[in-house]
Amino acid sequence: MRLPGQLILGAVLSALFIAAAILSLFWTPYAVEALEISNKLKPPGGGHWLGTDHFGRDILSMLMVGARTSIAVAVVAVGIGMAVGVPLGLLAAANRGSLLDEVVMRGNDLVFAFPSLVIAILITAVFGPSALNAILAIGIFNIPVFARVTRGGALSLWTLDYVLAARVAGKGKLRISLEHILSNIVNLLIVQGTIQFSLGILAEAGLSYVGLGAQPPLPSWGRMLADSQTLISLAPHIAIFPGLAIVLTVLGLNLMGDGMRDLLDPRLRRIR
Amino acid sequence: MFTRLKTTTAALVLCASGALAQDSITIGMQLEPPNLDPTGGAAAAIDEVVYANVFEGLTRYQADGSVVPALAESWDVSEDGTVYTFHLRSGVKFHDGTDMTAEDVKFSLDRARAEDSTNAQKALFKGIASVDVVDDVTVKVTLSAPNGGFVTNMAWGDAVIVAPESIDTAATAPVGTGPFKLGRWVQGDRIELVENPDYWGNKPALKSATFKFISDPTAAFAAMMAGDIDAFPGYPAPETLAQFGADPRFQLLIGSTEGETILAMNNKSEKLADVRVREAIAHAINRQEIIDGAMFGYGTPIGTHFAPHNPDYVDLTAQSAYDPEMARNLLAEAGAENLTLTLKLPPPSYARRGGEIIASQLRAVGIETEISNLEWAQWLEQVFKGKDFDLSIVSHTEPMDINIYARPEYYFQYENPDFQALMTELDLAADPAKRSEILAAAQRMIADDYVNGFLFQLARTGVADARIRGLWPNSPTQANDLTGVSWAE
Repeated sequence: MRLPGQLILGAVLSALFIAAAILSLFWTPYAVEALEISNKLKPPGGGHWLGTDHFGRDILSMLMVGARTSIAVAVVAVGIGMAVGVPLGLLAAANRGSLLDEVVMRGNDLVFAFPSLVIAILITAVFGPSALNAILAIGIFNIPVFARVTRGGALSLWTLDYVLAARVAGKGKLRISLEHILSNIVNLLIVQGTIQFSLGILAEAGLSYVGLGAQPPLPSWGRMLADSQTLISLAPHIAIFPGLAIVLTVLGLNLMGDGMRDLLDPRLRRIR
Repeated sequence: MFTRLKTTTAALVLCASGALAQDSITIGMQLEPPNLDPTGGAAAAIDEVVYANVFEGLTRYQADGSVVPALAESWDVSEDGTVYTFHLRSGVKFHDGTDMTAEDVKFSLDRARAEDSTNAQKALFKGIASVDVVDDVTVKVTLSAPNGGFVTNMAWGDAVIVAPESIDTAATAPVGTGPFKLGRWVQGDRIELVENPDYWGNKPALKSATFKFISDPTAAFAAMMAGDIDAFPGYPAPETLAQFGADPRFQLLIGSTEGETILAMNNKSEKLADVRVREAIAHAINRQEIIDGAMFGYGTPIGTHFAPHNPDYVDLTAQSAYDPEMARNLLAEAGAENLTLTLKLPPPSYARRGGEIIASQLRAVGIETEISNLEWAQWLEQVFKGKDFDLSIVSHTEPMDINIYARPEYYFQYENPDFQALMTELDLAADPAKRSEILAAAQRMIADDYVNGFLFQLARTGVADARIRGLWPNSPTQANDLTGVSWAE
């Protein structure tokens, strides 16, 4: 089987980003918390590959640690979404048409009806800005996404013969959901997870851009962008690199998500 | 096509010649005033629009910080220093055409010092025992005790003379005696002032002025560069000043302000009650690094809560010099290792950027900080009113405000009866030498107690079109005095 080009490109970009984040746990070119004011706004080159920011911090190091912040926020947020959304979706599908199904799906509609970023701002405004609240805010918005995908995928499986066979054999709804349904919608969840992951990174960058995400001194891509705003004509590099990091990472994850869907979804494969 | 080109050129030439004889100005401001009554609101932005332009007081500040007669032509002081007799200018009219008389002065002062007064600086009027009208142009003010600073107090924007007929609407339709009157206020965008044809004094060169409100530093930069704004006296993005300095179209207005920028410490917080901990923090701070990093080099280090350009300033920066080793020893001595402090920062860049630098400097001596960036409303609620903080950074921009240390309920909660006694003594002292002595002692006392981390005197960083003359380089009080502003030919 031939791997599509976009999948490879996406995987490479995502891998780079994850590798940078992991590497930053052990090593960064410079310490991100050490300010060196006398060395501020140095253009790329010399000892600093990507230059230094307005406090003389190394931008490459900050991007590496910032990747970690982004991943941490996005992973946990997607985790929350999956942990709550998938069981809700399975339950709703198993009890199709019941009151439970109605409550779950209308609840979803309710959350969907609000622009996610606005609610995220509300949550952080009420509970105070911090990385944890950003995670919560983004996580809550992942719940209906996963609930829907799960329910949709599960509903089509419930009509299949082998599920019917399992029911005839006397298995309960819960066991069927866990043993037969869940294992067959894993591919859907992985694809959706990848896309939500990239959206999570974007949301985190957006929240920290307006000052509601991770608080200093913890580096974050969104805040790097916000800090560089007034300096853009003086030292363009300090805005360009965090911007590029966000674009490339989100692009990479989206390409990978799309590529995996093409690969994993049997219906799409048949068409091609 | 050719004709059209010619017309365009002609139009351009016309525009250019029009610009030469310019008699209007557009001034940029970061914050919009909440109302326009300087006697009823605390916001600095009110005075920045109306002081000396729309409203005048008995006396007024000049660009160099000296106080000169304004609506009062002259005054006599009684032997014992308690009775001031002000001789008012005659023929002064308010914008609504009514005469400015001694009755208006009495009304203004009585209103400001009344029980239910909303004046933001009631302390200015505290010593007044009575105000009596002698005749139309003479007012006698009797103080309960001699006050050497009384004439200076009357120069504040909070002490301007208002008329009883128009005071009820002053918040939106201010009526003063100044050379400009309110033209139009487009809320959220701009305030336009127009010439007052009946002005009693020298007519200013400008016929009209617009104050435009731009809060975002990036937008301020763009508006200045595009020429939409002629001058931005309190320019919010010091990092771009170098660019304006290198451009012949612009001039930089770099001066001093009355803004003592401090690392405020909550003296009643358990962690900071020990003076050794506060001393350690003072020694952990590298002021020059903060000035360079947060203000791009603009600012003067201070060692106490006093403006360095004031003749009574005592340079105490050496007492809290940068010495991380000493800071660590002091912390060990106080048994305050593993300290974690909250650092709550309001929006200005001196606070946000300065906060990150201070956090890093404190970390170097073993103090962890939890930074939270707050909007002004939240800051006022949590820090200023709620006193729920350990550290904060803020610039105190009122002139001569060392007396805030005599208020134990003030947000940093410094309580020292000796200092309070000193301030009472200062209020009573009329002799200049005696006042200097008391002020010096006060500066030393708060430096010895390490009440706050004293960082730097906020610089006034302004940008203006190179052809503008007469803007104040310094801000001895919160003002954009346009009376002396003109365009060079």
